[in-house]
Amino acid sequence: MRLKHITAMIHARNMEFFRDRGTFFWNMIFPFFLIFGFAFAFSGDGEEVLTIGTFGDPPAAVTDADQPPAFLDMPGVSYRSYDDGAYAEDQVATHQIDLLIDWTREAYLVNVTSERGALAEQVLRSNGGGMLTRAEISGEPIRYIDWFVPGVIGINMMFSSLFGVGFVIVRYRKNGVLKRLRATPLNSLEFVSAQMVSRLLIVTVTSIIVFAGANIFLNFMMKGSYLLLLLVTVVSIITLISFGLVFAARFRSEEVASGVINVAVWPMLAFSGIFFSLENVPPVMRHISRVFPLTHFLEATRAVMLEGAGFAAISGNLAAMAVMTAVFLLVASLIFRWE
Amino acid sequence: MIEVRGLSKVYGSIAAVDHVDIAVPRGVCLGLLGPNGAGKTTTIEMMEGIREPTEGTILFDGEPLAAHHRDRVGIQFQQTALQEFITVEETIRLFANLYSRNRSFDELVDLCDLQELLDRDNRKLSGGQRQRMLLALALVNDPDLIFLDEPTTGLDPQARRNFWSLIRRIKAEERTIILTTHYMEEAEALCDDIAIMDRGTVIARNAPNALLGEHFQDGVIVRLPTKDTPADAFPPEARLYPGYVDIPTTAVDATVKELLSAGISLDGLSIHRPNLDDLFLELTGTSLRE
Repeated sequence: MRLKHITAMIHARNMEFFRDRGTFFWNMIFPFFLIFGFAFAFSGDGEEVLTIGTFGDPPAAVTDADQPPAFLDMPGVSYRSYDDGAYAEDQVATHQIDLLIDWTREAYLVNVTSERGALAEQVLRSNGGGMLTRAEISGEPIRYIDWFVPGVIGINMMFSSLFGVGFVIVRYRKNGVLKRLRATPLNSLEFVSAQMVSRLLIVTVTSIIVFAGANIFLNFMMKGSYLLLLLVTVVSIITLISFGLVFAARFRSEEVASGVINVAVWPMLAFSGIFFSLENVPPVMRHISRVFPLTHFLEATRAVMLEGAGFAAISGNLAAMAVMTAVFLLVASLIFRWE
Repeated sequence: MIEVRGLSKVYGSIAAVDHVDIAVPRGVCLGLLGPNGAGKTTTIEMMEGIREPTEGTILFDGEPLAAHHRDRVGIQFQQTALQEFITVEETIRLFANLYSRNRSFDELVDLCDLQELLDRDNRKLSGGQRQRMLLALALVNDPDLIFLDEPTTGLDPQARRNFWSLIRRIKAEERTIILTTHYMEEAEALCDDIAIMDRGTVIARNAPNALLGEHFQDGVIVRLPTKDTPADAFPPEARLYPGYVDIPTTAVDATVKELLSAGISLDGLSIHRPNLDDLFLELTGTSLRE
């Protein structure tokens, strides 16, 4: 590994990227479109039905009664039961549910900043909810866009990493750039490292700009550390680029490469939890989603941003991505060819 | 400088290169000639270390060819794409950074006549400009050995002659050059030594003039359309090709008399000095450019 070779290649690749105005423009603009498009689409209060959560089991006095209290079966209300009390309270605090019935305390919890919460409280009390004591919580809502923004960044990272590395190297191979470079003392490790670093810089900077730019207008919820968010982002980009290198290692035709990359992209788009939460999908789907790097990126970023998670809480996701990176790089280096 | 022994490359059941032996001494310009598919490119790509031989040894300065020799070799491929959106100057500097030794940038620009092109995007070069730029890349590391694979294919005659004068400048620096071409004039103009390849083997090897002398002595070639003349009417040394016949001779008068006395019309007769194209025809029965 000679640093001079790598830096020369990184410089050339960066210039190629930044001067290719078309690619550059779409890389920057596309995620903004997505974010603002979704922010607009989900700006109204979509749900008309009230959602009430329950935690713990009702006391014997309630279950043994001839008739269960009316507030446990009200028309127009959907009920959701929770196993984790702290998580359930957080759901109330972030306006994900309108009210929580906590049987362990025989109390109900309402968010004083939520209008829907006040409505749910009225409905509850007029249906026999007075038997429960009142508890208050306050907190700003998580909008869909707060939840969705890591998804947009993730999509952009995925496309930019897979196509930006996979496609570019396949093109180099097809048109002979790779062959010409092979005739120089540059070795494959140096070449691949340069491509990785160049793409890592580009994707990281693009992601930061997209996040910061959209944040000016939408002011995303951020409970955790920006530094940790950056760490998660960088680790994820490295994983995705390594994944891209697997495709880049052998193919000679851009058509074949893009076809195969798409085969990998669509399941990730659908089942990594970009657009909808994986909480409600069948368990088998949830297990499969663990093999996608994006799933780990999204879990970790949402944990940091929406729940204020620290390093320990997301270390599992980081470790999973590190393992994936190692596997991808190993496979790519085993099957790499210049021509 | 470089030597190959028993070099072979087999693809499936086809031997693209079949036990080739070539030694190129320092300072010599060797021309590797042959029609398309003769195995020229495969041979030099093995010598460049780009392609693994199926069999045989390659010695660079007496040592088995290894990756570190790339630092001392300059290569111009038949077709090379360059990174897009970067300029000629940036490309040259990029390649310069990949080698441990460099020729001075200004010298390189002068040598290859690139002064006017430095700020131009690689994509906007004409054929001749592009070849000059690729030559500069081949020379960027001040190489001892230079491979030029059909460097003037596709250039117009003017650009080709300009390119030849560049190569003469490099030759004057006593560098070793291996050049493939299927232009006979090019080989005659530039090469000290010639190896003619056909179907994966070297079928003739010598200095251009010596090679012609070997096969044609000091004679000329009398060429005549065959028309309806029966083949056995021509003198026995005549070589029949589709549509015409070549008669090598050292005594034109005698040959012409012989033809007249055999009752053969001299309409369309031409006489020329044998060149490498004739030699190739002589050796393989097919034209080099086919």
